[in-house]
Amino acid sequence: MAKHHGPGHLDQLEAESIYIMREVVAAFSKPVMLYSIGKDSSVLVRLAQKAFHPAPPPFPLLHVDTTWKFPEMYEFRERTARETGMELIVHINQEGVARGINPFTHGSALHTDVMKTQALKQALDKHGFDAALAGARRDEEMSRAKERVFSLRSQSHRWDPKNQRPELWRLYNTRIRQGESMRVFPLSNWTELDVWNYIDRENIPVVPLYFAAPRPVVPRSGTLIMVADERMKLEPGEEPEMKKVRFRTLGCYPLSGAIESDAGSVPAIIREMLTATHSERQGRVIDHDGEGSMERKKQEGYF
Amino acid sequence: MSATPDDREFRAYVNAREDRDILRFITCGSVDDGKSTLIGRLLYESRLVFQDQLAKVEADSKRHGTQGDDLDLALLVDGLQAEREQGITIDVAYRMFSTGRRSFIVADTPGHEQYTRNMATGASTADLAVVLIDARKGVLPQTCRHTTILSLLGVRHVIAAINKMDLVDWSRDVYDGIAGAYGDFAKRLDVTGVTCIPVSALTGDNVTGPSAAMDWYDGPTLLQGLESAEVAAGRESAPFRMPVQWVNRPSADFRGFAGTVASGLVSTGDPVMLFPSQKISTVKRIVGPDGDLDHVRAGQAVTLTFADEVDVSRGDIIASAADPPSLSDQFACHIVWMHENPLLPERPYLLQIGTRLLGAQITAIKYKLNVTTLEHAAARTLGLNDIACCNIGLDRRIAFDPYRELRETGGFILIDRYTNETVGAGMIDFGLWRGSNLTPHQLAIDKPARAAQKSQKACVLWFTGLSGAGKSATANAVERRLHAMGRHSYTLDGDNLRHGLTRDLGFTAADRVENVRRIAEVAKLFVDAGLIVLVSVISPFRDERTMAREMMDEGEFVEIFVDCPIEVCEQRDPKGLYRKARAGQIKNFTGVDSAYEPPENPDIVLKTAEHSVDEIADKVIDHLRSTADHGAVGHGQV
Ligand SMILES: Nc1nc2c(ncn2[C@@H]2O[C@H](COP(=O)(O)OP(=O)(O)O)[C@@H](O)[C@H]2O)c(=O)[nH]1
Repeated sequence: MAKHHGPGHLDQLEAESIYIMREVVAAFSKPVMLYSIGKDSSVLVRLAQKAFHPAPPPFPLLHVDTTWKFPEMYEFRERTARETGMELIVHINQEGVARGINPFTHGSALHTDVMKTQALKQALDKHGFDAALAGARRDEEMSRAKERVFSLRSQSHRWDPKNQRPELWRLYNTRIRQGESMRVFPLSNWTELDVWNYIDRENIPVVPLYFAAPRPVVPRSGTLIMVADERMKLEPGEEPEMKKVRFRTLGCYPLSGAIESDAGSVPAIIREMLTATHSERQGRVIDHDGEGSMERKKQEGYF
Repeated sequence: MSATPDDREFRAYVNAREDRDILRFITCGSVDDGKSTLIGRLLYESRLVFQDQLAKVEADSKRHGTQGDDLDLALLVDGLQAEREQGITIDVAYRMFSTGRRSFIVADTPGHEQYTRNMATGASTADLAVVLIDARKGVLPQTCRHTTILSLLGVRHVIAAINKMDLVDWSRDVYDGIAGAYGDFAKRLDVTGVTCIPVSALTGDNVTGPSAAMDWYDGPTLLQGLESAEVAAGRESAPFRMPVQWVNRPSADFRGFAGTVASGLVSTGDPVMLFPSQKISTVKRIVGPDGDLDHVRAGQAVTLTFADEVDVSRGDIIASAADPPSLSDQFACHIVWMHENPLLPERPYLLQIGTRLLGAQITAIKYKLNVTTLEHAAARTLGLNDIACCNIGLDRRIAFDPYRELRETGGFILIDRYTNETVGAGMIDFGLWRGSNLTPHQLAIDKPARAAQKSQKACVLWFTGLSGAGKSATANAVERRLHAMGRHSYTLDGDNLRHGLTRDLGFTAADRVENVRRIAEVAKLFVDAGLIVLVSVISPFRDERTMAREMMDEGEFVEIFVDCPIEVCEQRDPKGLYRKARAGQIKNFTGVDSAYEPPENPDIVLKTAEHSVDEIADKVIDHLRSTADHGAVGHGQV
C-alpha cells in the first residue's frame, strides 16, 4: 500500500496525539490506557507504539469488562495483547456479577452504571492510576465538543463542568492533587472518518465485526441487535434472522446496534461513510436514555 | 454500494484527502450575532450532519429553538444540557468539518462576560478568526474588544463576516460603511490580512455558495475565504526549535529526546545548541513515528539523538546553533487573567512554557489595557478577564522567543500553586536584560562558616496567625530561651517593620504579598549571616509562606502556626484593632474582612488559648531539639 508522508492532515492529527501521550507519560506517575477493543482503541494503541518507539509504550492497557462483549471482541483483545506485548489488565466488577446485573433485566442505564462506570472507578482506585488515556472524540456527541483534552476528575472520579481548566496553545496543565486523576483524550480532534482513513493508511487490525457478514439479528427499537451468544433473551415472537450487517461502534452486544451493509473491507466502509446518513452513535442504545444523558453519565464518571 | 469499490478511484480520493492541511479558526461575536447559526450551517452544508442528529435538532427546534417550526441550525452546535436550558453557551467548543480542499477545526466561543478568557483560549491555537458583525449594528465596542484580543494572541488573519444582510435589504452601502470602519480599527492593531464578506447565516448567502441577492459583491464566499487563506508559511521558515518532552531510554545504547518540532527544520548532521546549558552538539539520528528520517520540520513529533553524551532533560530546548533563542529570567509580557481570585504582584505562581514548569512572580503591572479603546490605565491587581502589560520574573533563566515570532517558545500559562488551577495566560514581548547581566558575586565566607562560628545551624522560626493570637509574645519567650542558651538570634516583627522596611505598604491583598516577600528576603539574609531568625507576621496566605519556605534551604524553615480562635483574639484585642475593624474604621483586617488561610502542614502548632506562654515556648525549643538533623539547638547543649 502506498503511504503518503507529507504534512497532510492525518499526519497533523497523529503528531498531536503523540504529543499528548508523551505529556501524559512525562507528567504522571502511573498512567494507563483504557482499552475498549474498538476501532478507536486500535488507533490509540498504534499511536502509543509510535510515540515511544523504540521503547514499548510505558503503560499497561486496562479493559473494563462488562462480561457482555461479543465473543469476537474477547478474541481480538487477547490477540492485541499478544501482538503488542503490552501488559493487559482486565477488570470486572465482581459485585455486579454477584448481583447478576445484566442489560436485559436491569436495563441499559443500570447495567452501564454498575458494570462500566463503577467498574472503571474500582479499577483506577485499585491500581492507583493517576491518568487514564481514552479514545473519546469531540465529534461523537454534542456535549463532547467542549470536553478538554486533559479532563480533571475529583477524588470520587466526578467530572465538574464548572471546574475544567482552560487549555491554551499546547500547554496542558497536568498538575493534580493527591487522589485526583486525569482523563486524557488524544483523539479529541479526530472524526470517525479520520479514524477509518488512518486505519486504512496504517493497516491497523480491527475487530472483524466492523466488516459486513451474515449474522443472526433481531430488530429492536429501530436497530438490529445481534444474537451473539446463548445468553440473549428473545422477546416472545422474536425470531433471529440472518442479515448481512456490520457495526459502527462496539460495546456490550445487547446494546450495540448493527446496520445492514455490504462493506466488507476498510475502503468499502469509508465509501459507505461518505454517503452515510446516520451518525455513529445512532447504534448506541445508551445515548437515547433521555435528553442530555451522555452529559449526565460523564458527570457520574462514565466516558 | 459495492463490496469491492473501484480501487483506483478510492486511492485517488485518499491521496487527495491526505494532501489537505488543517486550518484552525475561531469564531467571535457577541451573543446573537449568529455564530452558532453560521457554524451550524457550515457543518450542515459540508454534510457533516446526519439524519439522526437532524431529527434531534428538529425535535429540539420545537422545544428550545428560535425559528418557530423551522430548523434552528444553531442547535446543532449548542452543547451542554444546563447551558442549553439557559439558552447560552458558556465555554469553548471545538467542531471539525472538512471540504475537498481542507480540514477545519473551529473553536466556538460564546458571547458573554467570560468572553475574554474563552476567546483567548480559542484564539491561542487559531490561525485565523471569523469576526461576526451584525449588519444592523455595525462595529460595536465588542467587535473592537475581540479584534484586540485576536491581535494580542497573534491571530493575524481575520475574516469579518458581516451577517444578517437579509435584514438590511442586502444593502451595499451598509456593507461598505461597516467594512470601512472595521478596516480602520484593524489597522491600529497587529492584524494584517482582513477580508470582509457580506453574509446571511440564516439563508446561507455567501456562506458556502454565492449570493444572488448580493450580486454587487464579487469577492470570495466565507468557505472560499477559509479554504484559500495562507497561514502556515511562517512556522517552517523560522529557526529550528524543539522543546524536549520526554527522555526515551529503553536500553543502555539508546538515549533519545522526544518532542514536537515547534518551528523550522533540522537534518541529521546539523549542529544544534541545547538550552539552558548552551552546549553544542550534532543531530545523529531522527527517529520518526515510522522509522528514521533524514530531516524533520515544524509540527512533526520525533525523537532525536546526539553525537555527544549530552545532559538534556524535559523542559530543555534544542535549537538551531546558527540562530539560537535568547536567555533571560525577566520579561516584559502581556497577561490575560482568567480567574476570580485576582493576580497579585509578587505572589509566587507556577509558570508553564513549552514543556518547562518553573516559579514566577509578576514584579510589576505596568498598565492595564482597555481592549475596547486601547487606552492604558494604572492597576495594582488584575481581575478576571483583565489584560495587562506586566514585568515577570522567573526563578531560572529560560530560552525564549518573543511570542509574536513564535507561539511555542513565547506563550505561557500561570498556575496557582495551591489549587493547581490555570489562572492566567501570557505572551512574552521581550526579555529584560537586568537579570542576565547580573552575575552573582561569590562571597568569601559562606553560611555554614558563619553558623559554625556561632556553633549553631541557622534557621527561620516563622510564626503565623491572626492578630492578637500571641505571635510576638511567643517569639519573645522563645528568643529569651535561645539567648540564655547562648544562641545568636534576631526577631523580625511585622508590626515593627511597618515603620521602616515596609512603611509604604498597606493591607490590601497585593500589599500583604509584598510585605511578606520583603520580610522573607530579609530573613534569608539573616539566615545567611548564620542567625536563628524569629519572624512574627500574620502572613495570611499559604502561597507566600510557601514562597518563604522555598527561599530557604531544606530544613531551614520552621512554620509555626500560632493557633488561637478568633473570638479569643478579639476578646484580647491588645491594640484595640478588632474593635476598630468591626466598627468599619479599619479596612482589610485579617479575620474580619480579609482572609486567613491556616497552614495545612505546619511544623509546630501552638494553642495559645489553652497553654501558658512558658509551656508554648518550651514546645518550640523541644521541637528544635528533637529534629535531629536540624541542630539549631542541639542535644545536650543546654
Ligand atoms: N435574519 C437573520 N437572522 C440571523 C442570521 N444569523 C443568525 N440569525 C438569528 O440571530 C439569532 C442569534 O443567532 P445565534 O446563532 O444563536 O447567535 P450566537 O449567539 O452568536 O451563537 C437567532 O435567532 C438566529 O436565527 C442572519 O443572517 N439573518
